[in-house]
Amino acid sequence: MDSALLVHRLHFAFTVTFHYLFPQLTMGLAPLIVVLKTLGMRRKDETYNQAARFWARIFGINFVLGVVTGIPMEFQFGTNWSHFSRFAGGVIGQTLAMEGMFAFFLESAFLGLFLYGEKRLSPRAHWWSAVAVFLGSWLSGYFIIATDAWMQNPVGYERAADGSLQLSSFWALVLNPWAGWQYAHNMSGAAVTGAFVMASVGAFYLLSGKHAAHGRIFIRTGVVAGCAFSLVQLFPTGDGQGRLVAQQQPVTLAAMEALFTSQPGAPLVIIGQPDVEGRKIDNPLLVPKALSFLTYRRWQAQVQGLDSFPERLWPQNIPLLYYSYHIMVGLGTVFIAIMLVSVFLLWRGKLFNARWMLWILLLSLPFPYIANTAGWMTAELGRQPWLVYGLMLTADGYSKTVSAGNGMFTLLGFMGMYTVLGILFLFLVRREIEHGPAAEPVSAH
Amino acid sequence: METLWFMVVAVMVAAYVVLDGFDLGAGVIYPFVAKSTAERRMVLRAIGPVWDGNEVWLLAAGGTLYFAFPQLYASSFSGFYLPLMMVLWLLMLRGIGIEFRAHMDNPVWQGFFDLIFSASSALLAIFFGAALGNVIRGVPLSQDGYFFEPLWTDFRVGPHPGILDWYTVMAGVIALVTLTVHGALYVVTKTEGELNLRARKVALLVWPIQVLLTVVSLIATYSIKPQVMDNYREHPIGILIPLVVLASLGAMLWATSKGKEKPAFVASALYIVGMLVGAAFALYPVVLPASTDPSYSLTIYNSAAAHHGLIVGITWWSIGFVLAIAYFVFIFRMFRGKVSLEGGGY
Repeated sequence: MDSALLVHRLHFAFTVTFHYLFPQLTMGLAPLIVVLKTLGMRRKDETYNQAARFWARIFGINFVLGVVTGIPMEFQFGTNWSHFSRFAGGVIGQTLAMEGMFAFFLESAFLGLFLYGEKRLSPRAHWWSAVAVFLGSWLSGYFIIATDAWMQNPVGYERAADGSLQLSSFWALVLNPWAGWQYAHNMSGAAVTGAFVMASVGAFYLLSGKHAAHGRIFIRTGVVAGCAFSLVQLFPTGDGQGRLVAQQQPVTLAAMEALFTSQPGAPLVIIGQPDVEGRKIDNPLLVPKALSFLTYRRWQAQVQGLDSFPERLWPQNIPLLYYSYHIMVGLGTVFIAIMLVSVFLLWRGKLFNARWMLWILLLSLPFPYIANTAGWMTAELGRQPWLVYGLMLTADGYSKTVSAGNGMFTLLGFMGMYTVLGILFLFLVRREIEHGPAAEPVSAH
Repeated sequence: METLWFMVVAVMVAAYVVLDGFDLGAGVIYPFVAKSTAERRMVLRAIGPVWDGNEVWLLAAGGTLYFAFPQLYASSFSGFYLPLMMVLWLLMLRGIGIEFRAHMDNPVWQGFFDLIFSASSALLAIFFGAALGNVIRGVPLSQDGYFFEPLWTDFRVGPHPGILDWYTVMAGVIALVTLTVHGALYVVTKTEGELNLRARKVALLVWPIQVLLTVVSLIATYSIKPQVMDNYREHPIGILIPLVVLASLGAMLWATSKGKEKPAFVASALYIVGMLVGAAFALYPVVLPASTDPSYSLTIYNSAAAHHGLIVGITWWSIGFVLAIAYFVFIFRMFRGKVSLEGGGY
């Protein structure tokens, strides 16, 4: 823990991981709230409006934490990664500034109206404010993904005389093919979180015999959306993202799969512990030839293993990358199973009485968070040792003027601060769930 | 092109200070003017629907700075590492202080969140003022365009200063005083009765200090950095800026004592804009002066992004800016008038 590079990496990793626990729920809930409000308007059923208001309150608490933990992210580009900013700011400054101008203003302006303006607005105008918040949050997601996608797959740039990068094509940057797949995969992942959380709270209400009408709405909405997005997560988005990695970052693919030797008809590892020193996987459970097929659509295709690349280009933490990727894929598969069974039971009209299934839905709540976090760890660990793929090493990008001691001081500060914020968040959300969707908000007193 | 982006960033910073300034100021006077729970909720309601949007100007200004002057962003953010991190912590505490207070039933915790909100607002005002003070005074830039400033050294203005020295502390106090008055005048426009009277009293009480400190700061700035007068000598039209500042100070007193609430607030906003534009005018084209060797200073020319990017940016920035103004006009109209305690929230 004495190297400045490690401290700066942990600093960003810790703050961004904690931050993304919140936007994934806001981005996931926003379209579901629009659905609830639409149903409430169409069916003239107050239960749907109460359901929408309940989730708007959860959304509001969540949003505050997303905002306050998000501001440090923009700052850290300058404070902790100044050499990177000097090198690449001429390009990614575009997308980051656009996020502020187009997404944050839209989102923050209409959030107040959405949360507190229902009495001042007509139902239609209030519906539009919900749509504006939804659009703002999803637009914000795009600019961030476009920034990260550029770091994964730099496009639309040229080198300036001083060695830094400058923009050569705005449209290449904004329409980076990497951003397209990554955005689809990421947003669908956020929607999975939103759907599972909604279904889980619904299951809790049905199991505890309270707010049953609302609970059924939560489950129905959550399960239908969850089923659709869990499937989209695998195909086409997960598949598309995976094939991009295979094409552009073959060494990353090899490390994710812990494929040490290049081979035709490469197997897919389901479970097993990579032993990087021994260049093997312990206790493997394999599907023969599956990796070749998934990557190239041919069972006998040659897949490059880690031995095809010089060791200095390998991602530094192969075991963590391998586990992140396998946890993401494994959980994604479990989500599909849970949601398919739930939708089947819903269709047969048995879900609301199937206590075992309600228990599964209730307890599944933390797992989409884990899967989303693991997915991001796969993307970011997989990019190593590069900060900007092929152009700048992570070791060259941090602020050379900020010592390890100063970095650790603020890292510890953030850890303390975020512990308090996390406890406060759980306390407030639990309070809203206990209070339930039927009555007036607890906050109005 | 660089000059245009210099003005754009200056406009965005000024918009941030004027807008978030009033809710920071409202936080500063909060425990002094709002005595009962009902009054505290009134103040929170006056800023509640807009504070987050106001704060977005900080993010958007930061993003625009990053995009237009990446070198400046990299140098200043890493150099001001410690105070910026503290600003982040304060922004966090303040955000939850405002938003989560309403979720607390217990008066003990409500009081605690009140304290957090108010103290973080006051500290943020001081930090922002000190930051501006640092930029005017200059920082110990090295030849490669980087620096790292400790929080304090010997509190003197020299070639190796800390974040805090007598000059930047003074700038922090001026910012606190300015935003206190600004926030008080905003609360006046949004409230009635006792609360309105108390906020007005605060504004009238602090106003003489604001006038005194404005004059002191001009003299102090000239004494540590006589070069600030160069641009004013070269372009005498700049003299209009201090005249605007003085006129708005006068207008603030006149409008407040006559009970003209909105004009008083507008005059205060004008004062803030005048002070910031005056500083920007004096610095131009330098954006971060070096206290070590003037030739290491960052200017708009050696810190800007490349030409093509800046041209492209003008297009989308203009669209974004017009949209942002439209949202703000809409939201402020939506929540116009005095606040009441009916309906949900806070």
